[in-house]
Amino acid sequence: MASEDTVKLLGFWASPFSRRVEWALKLKGVDYEYVEEDIFNKSSLLLELNPVHKKVPVLVHHQKVISESYVILEYIDETWKQSPLLLPQDPHERAKARFWARFGEEKLLLASSGAMWSLGEEKERLLKLAIEAMEKIEEEIKGKEFFGGESIGYLDVALGWISYWLPVWEEVGSIQILDPLTFPATTSWAKNFLNHPIIKDNLPPRQKMIPYFHERSKFFSSLPPGWIKI
Amino acid sequence: MGEVKLIATTQSLFCTRVEWALKLKGVEYEFIEEEDLRNKSPLLLKYNPVHKKVPLLLHHGKPIAESLVILEYIEETWKENPLLPQDPYERALARFWAQFLGDKCVFGAWEAAHKAEGEEKTKAIESAQESLAFLEKQIAGKKYFGGEEIGFLDIVAGWIPHWLSVMEEVGGMKLLEAEKFPLLHEWAHNFIQIPLIRECIPPREKLLDYFNASISYMRSLATNKQ
Repeated sequence: MASEDTVKLLGFWASPFSRRVEWALKLKGVDYEYVEEDIFNKSSLLLELNPVHKKVPVLVHHQKVISESYVILEYIDETWKQSPLLLPQDPHERAKARFWARFGEEKLLLASSGAMWSLGEEKERLLKLAIEAMEKIEEEIKGKEFFGGESIGYLDVALGWISYWLPVWEEVGSIQILDPLTFPATTSWAKNFLNHPIIKDNLPPRQKMIPYFHERSKFFSSLPPGWIKI
Repeated sequence: MGEVKLIATTQSLFCTRVEWALKLKGVEYEFIEEEDLRNKSPLLLKYNPVHKKVPLLLHHGKPIAESLVILEYIEETWKENPLLPQDPYERALARFWAQFLGDKCVFGAWEAAHKAEGEEKTKAIESAQESLAFLEKQIAGKKYFGGEEIGFLDIVAGWIPHWLSVMEEVGGMKLLEAEKFPLLHEWAHNFIQIPLIRECIPPREKLLDYFNASISYMRSLATNKQ
């Protein structure tokens, strides 16, 4: 393989953001070299490649550097045009997928992770916001097997953290957001998503996730409230 | 190509960016002014129930919300005068900087503006200027972010020449210092001279009133909390 074809991905094992990039690459059958980054002791490579945000994931392709997971997903879709196409063809459907991907990130993910590591009133506030956001996701998935329709697509990959990270956060934070009785469609989607052959073989070990997020919780709950901007 | 309606307010920088894109593509549209955001119209609530915000584009009766999502929709639907480059990597760069500019920078500047004098304000100004420093590097060697012609990123950065200067005035601060950011300063000057750009911006007095009112409100909330 020519070296300029090399795809390198800097990620972190517990990050849902770098994992979603891995899912996209694997779904497309793209070979890549994975570089584990210790985000608590950032490498000079990471700081050089992503000076703006200093975060994973970072994709390097043909020595070109791309960061921000949603930007990377679109890059992957446009560069490797083989099936599956992650984004739909129709512009309005594409707009909807992008809209809900942002919503998932800005509303549901922030509120859910925030509810996990907050205490008291702040915890209640964020839990309420998370559940309200989940109601909207439930409406979107009703009647569909995947957000992409009959097969996995961009929005499934973008929201895939719900199926695996959210239950961990619920356990660590002693909260419930994805109640199967209230959200049967999302619960069913989560099961389908996790059963997908590419996804099920590409998940971080749960027994490592629980203590990891417990540790993170301890750190974040010691911060004064109000740092979570939602 | 079907009816296009834009539900917007004249003072919102997020709305003007959509207007710029539509005008650059020569798309005819009906501008529907959302008069009072504290008393939202049934139309807005019906078509953007999730966020209840402007801008909202309606095309063939279908809604598209979130300004950056709308810009991509416009780009994909009307193919004349492409706003994004063809190359996937160049597109990724434009999207990356658009995300950075669209959120972090706007709210950073806004935060610096509404904080009262003191350590917090100084920190917010420094942080906002760090963002501008990244942009200064991006514009180096180019007339516009899009190259010889304006593109996606110029539209998303377009709040800087007009809205930022109003934020600076109401916030009693200077962010886009010409000596610190000479290239960005020049870009801003060139961008706002373009007639199509200029014709969409709200009158300065209207923006001043709007931002002043917002700042008083935010500061009164802050003092009430203490």
